[in-house]
Formats: sequence, C-alpha cells, structure tokens
Amino acid sequence: MAFTIIVNGNTHSVDADGDTPLLWVLRDVLGMTGAKFGCGMALCGACTVHIDGAPARSCVTSLDSIGASKIATIEGIGATEPGARIQKAWLDLEVVQCGYCQPGQIMSASALLASNPNPADSDIDDAMSGNICRCGTYVRIREAIKQAAQSTRQGAQK
Amino acid sequence: MNPASQASGPGRSTDTLSRRTFLQAGAAIGGGLLLSISLPFAKGEAEAAETDRFVPNAFIRIDGDGQIILTMPYVEMGQGTYTAIPMLIAEELEVDLQQVRVEHAPPNEKLYANPLLGVQATGNSNAIRGAWQPLRQAGATARTMLVAAAAKRWNVDPESCRAKSGQVLHPATGRAIGYGDLAAEAARLPVPEHAVLKRPEDFKLIGTPAKRLDAPAKVNGTAVYGIDVRPPGVKIATLAQSPAFGGRVKSVDDAAAKAVKGVRQIVRLDDAVAVVADHMGAAKKGLAALAIEWDDGPNAKLDTDHIARELEKATLNAGPVAQTVGDVESAMARAVTKVEAAYEVPFLAHAAMEPMNCTVHVRKDGCEVWVGTQAVARAQATAARTAGLPLDRVVVHNHLIGGGFGRRLDVDGVTRAVQIAMQVDGPVKVVWTREEDIQHDMYRPYWFDRISGGLDEKGKPVAWRHRFAGSSVIARWLPPAFKNGLDPDSTEGAIDLAYDLPNMHVEFVRVEPPGIQTAFWRSVGPSHNVFVIESFMDELAAAANQDAVAYRLSLLDHAPRAKAVLKLAAEKAGWGQRLPERAGRGVSFQFVFGTYLAQVAEVEVSKDGSVRVRRVVCAVDCGTVINTDTVRAQIQGAIIFGITAALHGEITLKNGRVEQANFDTYQMLRINEAPAIEVHIVQNPEPPGGMGEAGTSAIVPAVTNAIFAATGRRLRKLPIDSAALRQPV
Repeated sequence: MAFTIIVNGNTHSVDADGDTPLLWVLRDVLGMTGAKFGCGMALCGACTVHIDGAPARSCVTSLDSIGASKIATIEGIGATEPGARIQKAWLDLEVVQCGYCQPGQIMSASALLASNPNPADSDIDDAMSGNICRCGTYVRIREAIKQAAQSTRQGAQK
Repeated sequence: MNPASQASGPGRSTDTLSRRTFLQAGAAIGGGLLLSISLPFAKGEAEAAETDRFVPNAFIRIDGDGQIILTMPYVEMGQGTYTAIPMLIAEELEVDLQQVRVEHAPPNEKLYANPLLGVQATGNSNAIRGAWQPLRQAGATARTMLVAAAAKRWNVDPESCRAKSGQVLHPATGRAIGYGDLAAEAARLPVPEHAVLKRPEDFKLIGTPAKRLDAPAKVNGTAVYGIDVRPPGVKIATLAQSPAFGGRVKSVDDAAAKAVKGVRQIVRLDDAVAVVADHMGAAKKGLAALAIEWDDGPNAKLDTDHIARELEKATLNAGPVAQTVGDVESAMARAVTKVEAAYEVPFLAHAAMEPMNCTVHVRKDGCEVWVGTQAVARAQATAARTAGLPLDRVVVHNHLIGGGFGRRLDVDGVTRAVQIAMQVDGPVKVVWTREEDIQHDMYRPYWFDRISGGLDEKGKPVAWRHRFAGSSVIARWLPPAFKNGLDPDSTEGAIDLAYDLPNMHVEFVRVEPPGIQTAFWRSVGPSHNVFVIESFMDELAAAANQDAVAYRLSLLDHAPRAKAVLKLAAEKAGWGQRLPERAGRGVSFQFVFGTYLAQVAEVEVSKDGSVRVRRVVCAVDCGTVINTDTVRAQIQGAIIFGITAALHGEITLKNGRVEQANFDTYQMLRINEAPAIEVHIVQNPEPPGGMGEAGTSAIVPAVTNAIFAATGRRLRKLPIDSAALRQPV
C-alpha cells in the first residue's frame, strides 16, 4: 500500500507495508541516511526524529501511524532555530567523536530546547537519557545543551 | 563498474611509490607492540611528471589547482585521527588545516602499514606513536621540494625562501607562489633524503586544540559511515547466524518469509541464513518469519562458569614467564606480611553504536566492498579468498566507523557479507541486527588471576607474584608476535611496572576457551591487568596501613613522570578531604600505551548497593600532545567506556548461546549516570604516547578502590556486584 509522508517539508509517496518502521523508509527507501540504526527497540535513540516537533524513535514508529504528521530529521533540523543553535554548540564544544549517535542526540536536544529554553540538569537527564553514546560524549553534550540554551536566552533578550 | 578502474585517486600514487626504495623508520617508542619497522616512503625520484600533480609520497597529493589531499593510513572511528594525523603533515608542509582534504587509504600493506604493528591497521593506540616521525617527515619532504621548486623558478637560494599557508614566499622581494602552481615543477625534483623537521618551539598546529575536520558532517547528518553507502540497485540483507558458536543450519522453512512484501531472496549458508530485501524493514520482517532449525554442534552445552573454572584451574600450574626480577621465592619467605588474592574479569562485547555491516558487489571478474574497517588490507584479503578472486580484483572502499573499539580489527563481517553476496545478483548491504551484533561479537577475553605480595616490616612490597590465565588475541590475530607462549598485549600493564618492586615474577598461561572467539577491546590487555595490579596495590597499602596515594608514591622514586601525574591527580581531586558516609575516593596509576596516567574516582554507594561515580579527576602525561582537545575528549570518553564495563559489562554463555542481546540486557552508561570529569595534562616534550585506550583501563580500579574506601568491600570480580554492596539492615 502506498503512504504519503511529509519529511522536512517535502511530500513523499512510499509503497511499503504499513508496519514498516519509519527508520527504514527514511534510510533505505528515501535515501536519507542521517537517522541511524542502533538497536531496533527504542533503547538507544540513534534513530530519533521529530514528529510534529516531538522526539520519536523512528525504529519503532510504523509507517501507518504517521498520517499527516510532519517529520523532521537531522538533514532538516538546521533550518529550525533550536536545531541550528544545538548544531552550533555541538561544533563549538567539539562534542562528536565517532559521531554515529549524534544525529539522534541532536534531535533529542533540539526538541528539548524547543520546549524548554532553560533546561536544568535534571531536564537534560530526562530528555537525553534515552540516547546512548558509546564514545561517552555525555559531559560535552550536557555543556553544549547549556551553551545553546544560553545563546537562545541571549538571543531573546536582544 | 570495473573494479580495476576504481584504483584511481590515491591508488595512482601507490603504483608509483611501490617501485621506490623504502625508508626505515626507527620508532623505538615505549609501550605497545614493537614489531619489525619498515615504512615505505619516498626517497627516490618523484612521480614522473606527465601530469601537474605533485605526489612526493603516499600521504600527500597536491594538484595543479592547489587542492591538497592527504591520504589517511589510519581510519577515523571517533578517536580524532582524521584531525591529528593531518596536523602532523600540515605542520611540516606549512598548510592550514582548512586547506586540506582527507581521503581514506586504499588497502596496501606496503605503503600504509602501521610501523609499530607491521600491518595496515588502526589499533593499539599507536597511530600517533607510529606516525609521529614519518608523517612529519612526509610533510617536511614535500615542503622542501616545493621551496626548492620556487627557488629554482626565481633563481634564488632556497634558504632565502619560506613556506606558509600553502605558499612559498620570498620575503626579500615580496614574491609568493601557491603550492598548486609549483606542483608540476616540484614533481620533477629529486626527493631529498633528509628534510629538516621543524623545532618544537616553531610548531603552530601541534599542541593546539585544532577543530576536528570530521565534525561538521557529523552534526548535519551528511557523514557517510559504512552502513550509509547506497550503490545503485543495492539490496538490504539481514541475517541469523547459528546461535551456538560452531553450530549449523539443519533446516529452513522460508515460505512465510518469501511472502513478506519487499523480500527478494533467502540465502542459505552452512551456519547462517540471510534475508535479502528492498529495505531493512522487510529483511527483518522476513527474518522473523523464517523457521530455522539449528544443529547446535560441539558447543551446545558450553557455559561461562565452565570456562571460568577451566581458567582458574590453569592458574594452578606454572606458565611461561613474562617477567622475573630478583628472587621472589626467598623474598616471599622473608616477608613479614603476606597478601593473596584471586581476580576475575568477564567476557565483554564491543557494542559499537553502528552495528556490524558490509556492502558487497560480487561479479565474475571482480568484487567491490564498502565497509568501515580498522584493517582494510585484511578486508581485501578475506574478500578475495572468499570470492576466489585475485587480490587485485577486489576493491575496498573504507568509511568512517561508528565506533570501533577493536571490533573492526576483525573482518569476519566482510567474509560473511561476501559469502552472501556471492549468491546475490547485484550489490547487497548486509546489516546485522543489534542482537546479532552482540551475540556474534568476538569478545574481550575472560581472565582469571592469582596474585600475591609480601611486605617487609615497614609495609614495603618486597615480593610480588602474579599468574594469570586467559586467551591470547594476538596469537590468533598476529601469530608472529606470539612467542614462547607470550604476547605483548596480554602482558601489558602486568609487567614493566613503574613501581619499584625488587622481586617480582609474572606468568601468563594461555588458555583458549572453546566455542567463543576473543578479540581486541578498548585497552585489551591493560583493561584486565591494570584492574588487577591497581586493585592489589590498594590491598597492599591497606595491609600496610598506609594511604593508597602515599603508598604508591613511595614506590615511584625512580619514575618521576609517574610520580608527577599521580601527585597531580591526587591534589586536584582533593585527596584526603572528608566525604560523607558511603562515599569514597579511589586512585589508580598506570603506564601503558606509552602514556602515564593517574585517576581519582569519587563514588557513592547507596543503601541498596547501587554505585554512582560522581566525579573523576585524571592527570595524564602522554609526552608531546598533538591536539589538546582530542586528548581531553579521549579521556572523557574512555572513562565512560570503562565505567560502563565496571558497572554493567558482562557477556555470559548458556547452552552455547550468548545470553545478552540488546541494550536492555547489555547495558550502557547513560547521560544521567555520567560523572563530572576533569582532565589535567602535563606538558612534556617527550615523543607522544597513545591516548585512545588509556583512560579505560585506569578508571575501573579507581572505581573499585573508591568502593572499598566507601564500604570496606574489596571487589575482585567484575562487573561490580551491587547486591554484595547492599547495606546490612
């Protein structure tokens, strides 16, 4: 059956079973390989995308559950203000190592920043503890989120 | 595509260079594997100048348009080598990092072997140690030739010219020429035998926190890992391998799998079944629909406890002597106090975030492979062997790796993908599920240790006896390096200790467990040895009623660099200051991978026994630092990696099957559990030491020693058993 999905503002028609996880539609059907496969069970967060602005694990999000919702991926998140701030902070603080989990980390972090411009440590823990980083970049992820939040607040004051 | 045509780009220079004489790189650097060292390197004439490109050696190419391409013999898997190695070359070549483009080296053992390993591989924390001299030399050679070309054109003394940011300048006349304009002329000049290296005080790049070259693509989703390649027409496959190691497929009912939309083909191998589909979703659904009956084979009854007890038994008999100093027997007999202990560490999986994967296109006349590998020449060799093709008909494209940690030094995933691809028409990407990745890993060995110490009346260790049993990864992976029953990895961190131990005796008994393959895992030998040595050093300090830091310092009078890092870590951590009840500090010191490193961990043990590492302070002396930020990043990450192992890491076997499968049963440390980490770097002009792994081995005993300080419980078996730490009611 064909489904129509909206990714980063573009409409795509996808012919696949309705129970196909969104992750494989993005990666293997549409060729958007930014979202990563890590576990297939919503345990690691590498596949995180936004669905109507909320972080979602695309490896367990079935194609037929999406409907008219808007999907955002790492390929498009830089076009949003929170996404751009998070990406800049990630570069400023040199967060990445192997980088494989980072699209998921950045998607979780930008959703956090969009909903909470001033996250406390406990908010960061809550929003980010579903994202595993095997390289152990957690110390920098925390700092980068705080820096991005600070730049957001400074931006708002101007 | 014709595979032969793929060997363009760096392969072009490869052909030219293989005819050249080789330079012996004398890299006598402490720590790690020291094997035959012979780095092929430009010394003869430069490439015949039929083009305007300048290729002074296998690592540098300067095109006529000024593009500078550096060919990376080491693969990027997070450790920052794609920034640090270019820094070495760029420093001497006098170009800015922004001016260079980095390419993966093709398989070529002669050109790109790691001088310290003798093979083309990225591992053992020795990329920088191996590259430090030769790749600066590569840059300096090229710079000297470019300067010579400019001087010739201007008809001036080369001494009156200097190179800067990709140009040769003649300050006296204010003239300047870009490297691109000089490429064709430089290519016609002889390659100088001894290009002069810069003095350390003139370094502009080395020693700075230069920005990672790979970071921008990694934050916007455009970085291409092996799992991201999409050759035209590629199909996606996933697989089930025999759950018991050494088992076989007995029967497969694939009717339901074939009915899944998008499934194209079922590939049956002796010991695995793969489902080939249009996308991974269909492949996984097809795999779940397969009914496979397995013959579990010879290891059907194997369990971890059996392996552990075999290792324990093996330590009752003498093994090859790794190191002996003084006379342990008589020293032990004279000792006033004797301490004995047994230690045990488990099998561990790598669990890199990018699951195992490899893309292969097998044709009649050749084979093309896309993979992220730490050992690209081995990947090529196994693909050729498996497909029955000559080596030169196999093209391997190396890619960024989403976490290596030693897993991608093995090429079993390439072999498997070629086996499957041989039955598929067109390219196929074989992606392992997380469950396959964990259950068919090659594991960090299980080790069992017996260790004893004898103290004199002042508490000084006058006798030290250590015997341990476990697998030798080196014996399988690099057989020539396994000699007389010993290998340099298994014993690193257990011998040649910085401590003053007048009488010591260390033996290693190699025991290969049946039915489970072992492999390198971040810090390998030291991941085990440093835990045992530093835990036992703590036991001796306690037996001597002395402070753990002061006790170690008293044994380091002959090792000033060791003493300095230990002092610094203790001081920065506030060693000796009071902590609340059930909180404690633990220390560790090590000299492995050519780097001196000390850590102090601060832990809190709750009443239910759960352990939280709150803060870690690390002091490190790795000699010359190439990139200060990378050193910090590697230590931060390695500490998290080690805490994960200490708290959660354990692979167990039951009925020949690995019991852990995904991140629910094989847990990783998460951000809410991550400690604050401070890194203090001791500046030192010595040659660089390795930084990729050192932080992992050091943290584990620092944590268990801190638990001892907090609870009085000495943990001699990993992972940490929190049930044993529960506060009695």
